[in-house]
Amino acid sequence: MRVWISGLAVLADGMAGWAAARAILRGEAAWQPTPCALPPPATLAPNERRRTSPIVRLAMAVASDACTAAGCDPAAVHNVFGSSNGDGRVVNAILQALADPAAGLSPTQFHNCVHNAAAGYWTIGSQSRQPVACFGGYDWSWGFSLLQAAAEAVVEDRTVLLCVYDMAMPQPLGQKRPTRGTFGVGLVLSPRSVPHALAMLDIEYGPEEATDTPLILPDAQTTTALRTLCHDNPAARALPLLAALANGGPHEIRVAGDIGHVAIKVTPC
Amino acid sequence: MTAALTALRLTAGTGISAMGLGVAQTLAALRTRRTGLEPCDFAGITHGYAGSVAGVEDHALPLRLAAYACRNNRLVDMALRTDGVADAIMAARAHYGAGRIGVVMGTSTSGVLASEDAFCAMDAQGRLPANFDYEHTQDLFSLARYVRAALDLRGPALCVSMACASSSRAFMDAAYLIRAGLCDAVVVGGADSLCRMTLRGFAALELVSAGRCRPCDARRDGISIGEAAGIVLLERPDGRTISGPPAGFHATVLGYGASSDGHHMSTPHPHGAGAVLAMQRALDSARLPAAAIDYINLHGTGTRANDAMEDKAVSTLFGAHVPCSSTKGWTGHTLGACGVIEAMICALALEHGFMPGCLGVEAVDPAFRADVLTTNEARPMRHVMSNAFGFGGANCSLIFGKAA
Repeated sequence: MRVWISGLAVLADGMAGWAAARAILRGEAAWQPTPCALPPPATLAPNERRRTSPIVRLAMAVASDACTAAGCDPAAVHNVFGSSNGDGRVVNAILQALADPAAGLSPTQFHNCVHNAAAGYWTIGSQSRQPVACFGGYDWSWGFSLLQAAAEAVVEDRTVLLCVYDMAMPQPLGQKRPTRGTFGVGLVLSPRSVPHALAMLDIEYGPEEATDTPLILPDAQTTTALRTLCHDNPAARALPLLAALANGGPHEIRVAGDIGHVAIKVTPC
Repeated sequence: MTAALTALRLTAGTGISAMGLGVAQTLAALRTRRTGLEPCDFAGITHGYAGSVAGVEDHALPLRLAAYACRNNRLVDMALRTDGVADAIMAARAHYGAGRIGVVMGTSTSGVLASEDAFCAMDAQGRLPANFDYEHTQDLFSLARYVRAALDLRGPALCVSMACASSSRAFMDAAYLIRAGLCDAVVVGGADSLCRMTLRGFAALELVSAGRCRPCDARRDGISIGEAAGIVLLERPDGRTISGPPAGFHATVLGYGASSDGHHMSTPHPHGAGAVLAMQRALDSARLPAAAIDYINLHGTGTRANDAMEDKAVSTLFGAHVPCSSTKGWTGHTLGACGVIEAMICALALEHGFMPGCLGVEAVDPAFRADVLTTNEARPMRHVMSNAFGFGGANCSLIFGKAA
């Protein structure tokens, strides 16, 4: 499958946008794991905006930034959202409430615990009537969501916004699903060559076992730190592809699944 | 894109729900209009009615997959062992190869009951029990991984989680895998099981009926929650000329369409604008005019808002000309599994030439304009539509035809 990246956005600890991420991945700036600011989504009505959780803010920010970078209308694109844990904060809070017979369950919290909550708010904010798909793939959410977004782009011949995000899992659920840091990535994938594309991707699935292409950056210390982030946060497994895009040139990248792998051939435009 | 390219063969399928295990029991319950809903008695929750699957508590997973043990994976394992569907998938695996068959499963809550039990068993230091395995139970991907491991498949796997539209959307994502050439066949399905989260969550939203749900009734007052699992095998249209052993139900997936409401997290768009768009896109993808649809299996949850919205949406596109009904009076609202269960009902309706009328309706809402059936009717059909609408404004419509 061949798609073109027409827009890219990153929001993560120590990476306030693609320009900042690119400088770090090129070795031009040091990475510090400073918690990233998550802006309240300007597109929502004030009461909804105020109540949005951090992970909804994260997903909406990268989705919006990716569309801005691509110069596309957020209401026109198809949407694929991928996340391992979804809104772990809300799920954890509901589980705590359910274990306490005296505690009531908040109806708002309940409808916000669905895995497609972030995508739902995104379509409400952008007044989009376009299709949404929401996937969960544990540690392999990034690779499988990318594969599926490319398949939808090619089969439907439509531009697809891919948004993959995960955040730290609170306690006590974090005891059993340790997830750290904040990482969100947005890609606008076009099934056709576009004038301002960053790169062309050839994406295939292989049933053979493979390991992730390791992240290798100019600076050894940053490499070690960001490899830890890849391990701790499933969405950060996009970093090897992002490093390839930041550094230019052709690359071949593998993203391991629990079984099989996704192979990405990167050709700069 | 021609219709022939869009159509996918559904060569084997089954489902289990409160109304029965597999095709024969489901067909018998539909024909005799026997509901599976009983007074709710689950984890101390006794409000309203629920649809539980007999035998799920006692069902054991194969020893090699014991790590996955939770109610949701037991439910899907029961489905795999119903109507010979696993044998049919094995035959497809022998033909195409394990690496060419994908798995796309829909669920809203996966094995969350395991986490609920673990939180109830937390010790005084706030530690969750040592034997609680989040990765293989509550995690969303657990369901798709279980199905793939149980069938020894090696194709791409995905879990679709978008509330009550989950397993309908799973058909679309499976179609993309096949049409993009990544897979020759995909095991599609879904499972959602009874848990405190949904029983108490929908009660907190005041959406659970005190009695059995009665979709489209003038006095409907909410849903009854049910559990269900379904499995189908979708194959590319130019795949095998000889199919595997006959298993369960068969059909052709003629078209699909999805949309978003872009309106509200838990309230549907009042005029059903998103629902109209999903149904229109399904018609476009099947290359069929609205007049070609013979029956619509409604999402029809039994809430005031959903059924009124869906009536508006259906009558906008189809007028009062297409018979339609909801089958949730039999199964309850099986949430992320309703798409695959209602795909089974659509296939049985097509094969046996009967439309199941809504169960438990005293009087259809007088404001409704669509042709709502309240008794079963024998009529031949060529094309049927199935709707699913979920929280977050996720809409999905599928169109089925008879097996080729």
